[in-house]
Amino acid sequence: MTRESAVRIAVVLPELLGTYGDGGNGIILERRLRWRGIDVERIECGDAASLPEAADLYLLGGGEDRPQTLAARELRASGAVNRAHGRGAVVFAVCAGYQIVGQSFPGAEGIEAGLGLLDVVTTVGAGRRAVGELLIEPDAALGLPLISGFENHQGVTALGHDALPLGRVVDGVGNGADQRAEHRGHATEGARAERIIATYAHGPVLARNPDLADWLLALIVGPLAPLEHEVVAATAALRRERLG
Amino acid sequence: MPHLRRLRLVVATALGDLAGWASRRLHRGSGEVIAGRVIQIVAPDALRQRLDGRPIAVISGTNGKSTTTALLAAAARTRGPVATNDKGANMPAGILASVGHAPPRATAVIEVDEGYVPALLAMTSIEVLVLLNLSRDQLDRVAEVRKTAERWRQAIAASPATTVVANADDPAVVFAARAAPLTVWVAAGSSWRVDATSCPNCGARIRFDADDWRCTQCDLARPVAQWSIDRDGRLAVTGDDTVDLVVELAVPGRHNQTNAVMALAAAAALGIPTRAALEAMQSIRAIEGRYDYVWGTGSSARLYLSKNPAGWIEIIELLKRSPRRVLIVINAEIADGKDTSWLWDVPFEALRDKHVIASGRRCQDLAVRLYYAEVDVVTEPDLDRALTLAREGDCDVVANYTAFRDVRRAVARAASGGAGSFGVAP
Repeated sequence: MTRESAVRIAVVLPELLGTYGDGGNGIILERRLRWRGIDVERIECGDAASLPEAADLYLLGGGEDRPQTLAARELRASGAVNRAHGRGAVVFAVCAGYQIVGQSFPGAEGIEAGLGLLDVVTTVGAGRRAVGELLIEPDAALGLPLISGFENHQGVTALGHDALPLGRVVDGVGNGADQRAEHRGHATEGARAERIIATYAHGPVLARNPDLADWLLALIVGPLAPLEHEVVAATAALRRERLG
Repeated sequence: MPHLRRLRLVVATALGDLAGWASRRLHRGSGEVIAGRVIQIVAPDALRQRLDGRPIAVISGTNGKSTTTALLAAAARTRGPVATNDKGANMPAGILASVGHAPPRATAVIEVDEGYVPALLAMTSIEVLVLLNLSRDQLDRVAEVRKTAERWRQAIAASPATTVVANADDPAVVFAARAAPLTVWVAAGSSWRVDATSCPNCGARIRFDADDWRCTQCDLARPVAQWSIDRDGRLAVTGDDTVDLVVELAVPGRHNQTNAVMALAAAAALGIPTRAALEAMQSIRAIEGRYDYVWGTGSSARLYLSKNPAGWIEIIELLKRSPRRVLIVINAEIADGKDTSWLWDVPFEALRDKHVIASGRRCQDLAVRLYYAEVDVVTEPDLDRALTLAREGDCDVVANYTAFRDVRRAVARAASGGAGSFGVAP
């Protein structure tokens, strides 16, 4: 696939949705394209009123209750992410961003409407806050190796019929509540639909999971050549350590 | 019965000292925390008894606690004995052990963990409370920034006799401190604003405009600072035209100059003259190893502690201006926070023309971050070997909390004839 213009990656409201180093995902995706000689532009957009309409990929990170609520309101008012996704842009959301792209979540002032890009509903979990390492076996259809990350959330997320889980929890909590019979006994993690993936593996999850990074990029630029860079060996060492 | 309570405290303190001595003999650390825990078990009321009746200054915030405490303690010594937790043990047990043997009238200058401020304010009467800043640190185990600010606010409102010396540049600090009837506002700066984009009072956006800030909806706004320094470090104090001082210190960096202004304002609130306070502060060269120079044959290393993005932004400014190579040591133990995501909030891209060695128990996370920052990096998980590599030239060593302890031990090991001549300066 050849492109006439640079791939545009929009980092959405990083000052509100960036509690856990989430900006890292934008840096990682940008470098993995540029190191392959593909033109790329990373746009950190702090103002919802001037979000780019024509980016190829929108990244949403995590945030505390109030910034998360504020971000959801600003993004609903703007509509830019919804319009872009409707036109074919890819959305990748983690942690609070995952909750925002769903139907609703517990906001700072009661139940807050999300962007409705994913058929998921988040409610307040009754148990302890889910904090710790998270290991996910991705759905076989994705053809991805194990996803390793770190989660830190109180919300539990139930998937509706139009959303598929990202995968199955091997270690950790993940979505925490999935009431559908076919998933009972198999804790699910994350959610996906056409051109959108979301996960509780927060922050710079793509650092530990380069295959997921390239999978997202391939949705935009088509199949990618293997990366030749020192980071490949370093990432392999990190994955050996984390997946031990 | 006061007599019995005193006796109980004496016995408790003796048992605590024994536990601390045993801990030191077993090389388990300075022994302060274990000593304090033993005292608390035997005499649960011990900390209040030890604090009641003294002049007390308490210092808290995410970054700069230990340095500001050391500076203020130095200033307070100009007028008499001081009890201070200068080993950095800032929870009840450590505080208790550090004030346990002080003379009854000694001024207590105490660094306190952010989460313990409300309990301490409720326990005894605090003369001066110094609030430096609040930003993200160890998010996997400590309450989020806004929750801490709200707890501070409630505790301060319930302690109207306490003078609060507060950083006017940090919205979370101002939100908490403005609940006090007696405040001294200091322009202590804030290079990390990402945790302050939504108002701690109402949740709306906060707009920053150069050095000023205000909430776009409610009345929370930057107060006028009474204490400040200009670019050259020249001190200005509202209502006092006689102050003609430049805040120059032996500890490096703009952030430590502003820490010193906080300490000077606190010293003034304790009745200590500013000129004498500053002169005393200038004698502080290192705080528990931080900013210390350690020496090898023909090369030197300077040690820095940096635990979170806000702290790192200050340190990176120093590293950029230093000609030395850099050794970074990262752990993720419970005391550090188990989540290394914060490494991606640090602008390591600024170190692109540096040679960096990555070490520590989480050096692989660091190495991946540095590769994506396009920094020239070598990974050496073994700290002794990493230090040997580092001392091929002059070096700045930056480590997070438990990694800094590891670095000091490794340096001491090498100094005692182990790996070579890398040791603490005489």
